[in-house]
Amino acid sequence: MKKIINLCLLLMLGQLGINGAHATCKDAQVPGEGEARGSGCRERPALQVMACEPEWGALAKEIGGDDVVVYTATTGLQDPHRIEARPSLIAQVRRANMLVCTGADLEAGWLPLLLRQAGNPRVQPGAPGYFEAASFVTKLEIPTRLDRSEGDVHAAGNPHIQTDPRNIAQVAEALSKRLGEVDPAHAAAYQSRHAAFSAKWNTAMQRWEKRAAPLKGVAIVVQHRGFPYLSNWLGLREIATLESKPGIEPSSSHLSAVLAQLQRQPAKMVIHAAYQGDRASAWLASRTSIPVVELPFTVGGTPEAQDLFSLFDDTVQRLLKAVQDTGSGQ
Amino acid sequence: MKHHFGRSRHPASRGTSASMRVAVMGMIAAALSLPAVAQGSMIGSSANAFNPAISLILSGTYTHLSQDPAAYSLSGFALGDAASPGQRGFGISPSELHLSSNIDPDLYAAMALIINPDNTVSLEEAYFQTTGLGNGFTLKGGRFFSGIGMINQKHPHAWDFIDEPLAYRTFLNFQYGDEGLQVRWVAPTETFIELGGEALRGSGFVAGGNEKNGIGAHSLFAHIGGDAGVSQSWRVGGALLNAAPRGRESGAIGAGLPDTFSGDSRLWTADFIWKWAPNGNPGIKNAVIQGEYFWREDDGLMSGAVSGITGDYHARQSGGYLQGVYQFMPRWRAGLRYDVLATHELNDASGALADPNYKPSRVGVILEFAKSQFSRFRLQYNADQSQPGGVDHQVYAQYQLSLGAHGGHQF
Repeated sequence: MKKIINLCLLLMLGQLGINGAHATCKDAQVPGEGEARGSGCRERPALQVMACEPEWGALAKEIGGDDVVVYTATTGLQDPHRIEARPSLIAQVRRANMLVCTGADLEAGWLPLLLRQAGNPRVQPGAPGYFEAASFVTKLEIPTRLDRSEGDVHAAGNPHIQTDPRNIAQVAEALSKRLGEVDPAHAAAYQSRHAAFSAKWNTAMQRWEKRAAPLKGVAIVVQHRGFPYLSNWLGLREIATLESKPGIEPSSSHLSAVLAQLQRQPAKMVIHAAYQGDRASAWLASRTSIPVVELPFTVGGTPEAQDLFSLFDDTVQRLLKAVQDTGSGQ
Repeated sequence: MKHHFGRSRHPASRGTSASMRVAVMGMIAAALSLPAVAQGSMIGSSANAFNPAISLILSGTYTHLSQDPAAYSLSGFALGDAASPGQRGFGISPSELHLSSNIDPDLYAAMALIINPDNTVSLEEAYFQTTGLGNGFTLKGGRFFSGIGMINQKHPHAWDFIDEPLAYRTFLNFQYGDEGLQVRWVAPTETFIELGGEALRGSGFVAGGNEKNGIGAHSLFAHIGGDAGVSQSWRVGGALLNAAPRGRESGAIGAGLPDTFSGDSRLWTADFIWKWAPNGNPGIKNAVIQGEYFWREDDGLMSGAVSGITGDYHARQSGGYLQGVYQFMPRWRAGLRYDVLATHELNDASGALADPNYKPSRVGVILEFAKSQFSRFRLQYNADQSQPGGVDHQVYAQYQLSLGAHGGHQF
C-alpha cells in the first residue's frame, strides 16, 4: 500500500516537472509578467481570461480578439448559481490574468472557493484582474427585505443582467477599458475592437427592437426570476412566477394558485431558461394550452445561440413565434 | 465572559452558556441586518459594514443503537476519546459558528467555534490564509484541519453521511486538526496539480501528547484532478503524516485509565472522488463516488493502564471506505457506504489491546431530503459489525440547518 502511494507521489512529481517547464514558458510571455521571450517560446503573447459565464466569454472574445485566450467556466446548459468548485476550475483560476464574472453574488457558491485555493493574487477581488460585470449596470429587483424565507435572493439585486443587450453594451465598454488596464500593451487594440463591436451592436439592437415591437405589453409567466432585464427591455409583463421563491423548486400548491390566477388573467406563454428543466413549465402548459418557450438565456443555451448576436436573434425569434402561435390580441 | 477552548470537556456554568448565547445571537443579528441597512445601490459608510461573514450550523440527531455505546471498542485498535457511534436517544449535534473575512488585500482569516451539546465551547479552526503570495502558493497558519485524506479538510456538516467513516474514527479520532503552518502550491497547468506540506504541533490524535520545541508532526500531500467531458470530474490524492507521539492516550480515557503510546506513527492515505452530473448541472441529478484508504505504522512502547506493563509495540493496520451517493431527483439523495478495518501485524507486549483476529466492517445506507440549499433532513441505517459479537443496528435521523452567510463546499 505504502509503495503504491509512494509511486503515485513520484508520478505526480514527474508530471509536474514536464508541465511546469512548459507553463513557465507560457507564463514568461504573459503581458505584465516580465518581458522574457524567446528561449524556444514562439507562441503569441496572450492574456489568459477566465469567464465565469458564456456571455462574458463571448464578450471577451469580441473585444480581446487574438490578444486573449478565453476559458469559459460554465456552459449555457449549466445553472450558474450551482457550480461545483471543481479541481479543473481551480487550475484555470491559477493560470488566469483576468476573471470576467457577473458578480452580484451569482457565483457566491463557488467562485470564492476557487479564489482561495488558486493562489493567484492577480484575480483576487480588488485587483484589476477581477472584473464584475454587474457593477457596471443598473440592477433590478434589489430586495427591500433580505431574509432566507424569501428564498435564494441576491442582496445586490437580480444578477441575470445579460438578457438586456443595453447591459451588454455597458459591460463591453467597461471591459474594454479594464482589458487595457490589465494589458496596456494592447490597450489600443481593445479600444478599436470595442468601437467596432459597439457600432455593430447598436445596429443589431435597433433591429431587435423593431422586430420585437409586437411583444410590448405581452403577458408572460416565468419559471425562475431570470428575465427581469429582458422583460424590462422588451416591455413584457411578467404576471406570475412558477418558483414560489427564487431557487425553491415549484410546489404543487403554488402551481395550482398560478393556474387559478391565469384563468382570471391569461398569459401568452411560459418561459424558462435552457439550463432549467421544463417540468413545471410543461405542467402549466398542459393545463392552460399556452406555449412553453425555452430561451437560450446565454450563449450556448440553444444550438442557434452561438455568439452574443445570435443569442438575441434567437431569443427574439422564439418569443415572436410563441406570440404568433397563440394569435394576436390579449 | 469565560470560554472553554480545546477538546477537553469542562461543564460550563449556566451563566457562561447564557451570556455566550446572547453574544452569538447579537453577532448573527448584526450580520443579517447589515444588507438591510445598506439597502439601495451602494453600501454607505457604517461601522458594521466590515463585519465578517457569519454562518451558523445547527443540527440535531435521534440515535438508536442496539448495542451499548459505552462499551464500544474495536479489538486490536488503540482508540482515542472521540471514537464512538454516538449517544442513544435525542440529542443535538455540536453547533458550528463560522466567521470569516478578508483581513487586507493579501490575507484571509477564518474561525470555527464549536458549541458542544454539553455547553462547552471548542475552537475547531482559527487560521489565516494568504491570498496574495502568488505563483500558486498559499500559506495557512493557526489551528486548522490537516490536508491529509479527503473529507478531513471539510467540516463534518459537509460530509455525506451522518457519522464518520470507521477509518477516521480509528486512525484520526474523528478528524485530524492541529496547530501549525501549511504551504500549498498549485501548478500552472490545465490539469489540477496541488502539492502541500504541513509543519504541525503534533497535538491531535495520531500524533498526540507531542508537545516540544520544533515540529511535532509533519505531513506531505498531493492532489491531481480534472474533468472528463462536461459531465464528469475527478480528483485523486495521496498523503503521508509523520508523527512521534509521546504518551498518546487511548483505551479507557473517560474512566481515567488510558493506555499510552510513545514512539513513531506514520499514516499513509490515498483517496479518490468522482462526480457525475448531466451537462455539469448537479441540480436535477448527480452522482458521487468516493473512497479513502489509510495505512498506519506504529513502532514504539505501549503502557497498558490495566495490565500495568510497558512493552514493545509494533502495529501495521489499515482501513478504508467506499461510498456512492446518488441524487435521483431534485432535493432527494440516497447513498451507500462500506467500511472496513484490518490489522496486518500487531505485537503488543503490554497486553493493552484485545485479540486482533477480527476484521471490523460496517455497511450504511442514507436517504436525504434537502428542503432548500440551507436545510437538509437525513435518515441513516448502519449494519455495524465493527465489534465481534453480532450486528449493531444503528439508526440516525438528523436535521441540519445553515443560517446566515454560507458559501459553497469544497469539491
